[in-house]
Amino acid sequence: MDLLEYQGKQLLARHGIPVPNGKAATTSDEAVAAADEIGYPCAIKAQVQIGGRGKLGGIKIAATQAQAREHAEAILGMDIRGLTVHELWIEGASSIASEYYASIVFDRSAKAPLVMLSTRGGMDIEQVAEETPEAIASLHVDPLVGFQPFHGRRLAYEAGVDRDVARQIGAFLSALYGTFVEEEAMLVEVNPLVVTPEREVVALDAKVTLDDNALYRHPDNAELRDLSAEDPQERMAKERHLTYVKLDGDIGILGNGAGLVMSTLDVVDQHGGKPANFLDAGGGAKAEAITAAVEVILSDPKVKAVLFNIFGGITRCDEVARGLIEAFDQIKPTVPFVVRLDGTNGAEGRELLKAAALPNVHAVDTMNEAAALVVELAK
Amino acid sequence: MSVIVDRETRLCVSGITGREGTFHALNNRSYGTAVVSGVTPGKGGQKVEGIPVLDTFREAVAASGANTAMIFVPPAFAADSILEAADAGITTIIAITEGIPAHDELRVYTELKRTPGVRLIGPNCPGVLSPGKANVGIIPASFFREGNVGVVSRSGTLTYQVGNELAGRGFGNSSIVGIGGDPVPGSSFVDIIALFEADPETELIVMSGEIGGQGEEEAAEYIEAQVSKPVVAYIAGFTAPPGKTMGHAGAIVSGTHGTAAAKAAALEQHGVRVGRTPTDVADIVVEILGG
Repeated sequence: MDLLEYQGKQLLARHGIPVPNGKAATTSDEAVAAADEIGYPCAIKAQVQIGGRGKLGGIKIAATQAQAREHAEAILGMDIRGLTVHELWIEGASSIASEYYASIVFDRSAKAPLVMLSTRGGMDIEQVAEETPEAIASLHVDPLVGFQPFHGRRLAYEAGVDRDVARQIGAFLSALYGTFVEEEAMLVEVNPLVVTPEREVVALDAKVTLDDNALYRHPDNAELRDLSAEDPQERMAKERHLTYVKLDGDIGILGNGAGLVMSTLDVVDQHGGKPANFLDAGGGAKAEAITAAVEVILSDPKVKAVLFNIFGGITRCDEVARGLIEAFDQIKPTVPFVVRLDGTNGAEGRELLKAAALPNVHAVDTMNEAAALVVELAK
Repeated sequence: MSVIVDRETRLCVSGITGREGTFHALNNRSYGTAVVSGVTPGKGGQKVEGIPVLDTFREAVAASGANTAMIFVPPAFAADSILEAADAGITTIIAITEGIPAHDELRVYTELKRTPGVRLIGPNCPGVLSPGKANVGIIPASFFREGNVGVVSRSGTLTYQVGNELAGRGFGNSSIVGIGGDPVPGSSFVDIIALFEADPETELIVMSGEIGGQGEEEAAEYIEAQVSKPVVAYIAGFTAPPGKTMGHAGAIVSGTHGTAAAKAAALEQHGVRVGRTPTDVADIVVEILGG
């Protein structure tokens, strides 16, 4: 789960990391009240998970109340690369002496957290890594030992931060590591990490990705929402405990098992089709889950045809067939369905579908044939 | 021959008294796997269809001579159960559980790396099947028969799809190994490919990968440098958008990292043939081994 900037900052603050004083707002009135409370000048920041929102007009500085209102009205509802701004974060404008970069990444290859520090803050770190790799100090931390004070010193001196703040930067990284481990994050990134003229070290931005599998241990984090990123189909699927990802094509896809569904999307694409979604009905899906899945897929108005690709292992094809028959009974779909049932109880499933004689449902034997037909039907 | 599980396997099932644990333990037993015990804390002394249940892995090893563990407990208890099995001297641990927190997996991985001789398969995997010998996990064995193709995969159903296509062309398998779809798999493609390379029965290796991580790229380099047997690969997720988790916790393109295109290119660069579809993979196998 990706957090919005202000959600990430609130998380960092709970672990003792200094962040600018700020408030969230969803209306311009709230934004003005927040700005009045925080004082001027203040920054009005769009809360969307898109890098470079400042350049796209999503961050403005307000010197007066009138400006705060003007900027809040302009930014709320703004479209930033396809995401609508529903929330603002208003915070005191910071004076900046130096801009650094700090992050901790869950490094899957090395199987250890990777801590990075650079004095080239404010820039895209991948660009820094490419152009001036020597400007990034980094090290892996043994997860059973944890971040030690020397790690902080090593990074601070290797990166070449201003000597007078080296100790503070070390402490900052230590607190960042605490956040990473205790909140069970996959990424915590602070860019820029600023040093103020008063020599304070402050997190001016925050990018945090949490591990979805660990949210059960963090009920407060599980409740954080991002209104701008929520898609109606994805929300509906979540409520029904289905694994669904919205895509931008017109062919609805349902399969069992993440690998097979990804493969199905690829094969449809190879046949010239555009998948509307990824939907994994999961192992051992029962008829009700299939019915619910059909509802979610068809709630996307772009869907012109649907492909079921099932290779039954734990999942039984007769259960899938029953679910589809039930869905036709309840929803009465008008778009064509192509259904491929193979594996456990495949014959029974195909027999059930044949007997039900559902309108506009085509049974095929192989994945390739299924993809070819559904692409044709969606034209 | 085969890898990881065989007729020497003596299986202890953690979570054997749960609904799924019972179902699959009995399923594995009816395939011919020696299911010698189960562990459920607090339920020691019970039996599941004749299989003795113990409170701890240490008791289970002492009482039943178990050498392999299958982990079927819910995610919150799985890391603990894996470490307990290793502590009791179990050397092969196959973790089926899906949804284990990534930081737990990291700690388990780091600890097990320091425990010589212990192999973890999974988590979030369908298990290991050596046709005709033993089945540990949830792979539907009826689709596979004995043969000379070793299969290693991050995904369950996709493995069944590929295996079924191979069976349709008359090929069987030495072993089918699901390494799982999580960010920190206990065993990598490289680990399993090395076992197949050393296994005299395996003549060809099929690896089925997907988006996320660097496991396929690492395998590509390893295969070129260390593997004499032909390897045919498949990669799923060419159409996956960046930043979205595609079902498996580990299946995510982060920025420009972990794309299917990069993985397929790396494999081909190192001389591994990559099938465009599961059917294509089977066709290539026929081409190499003869139909």
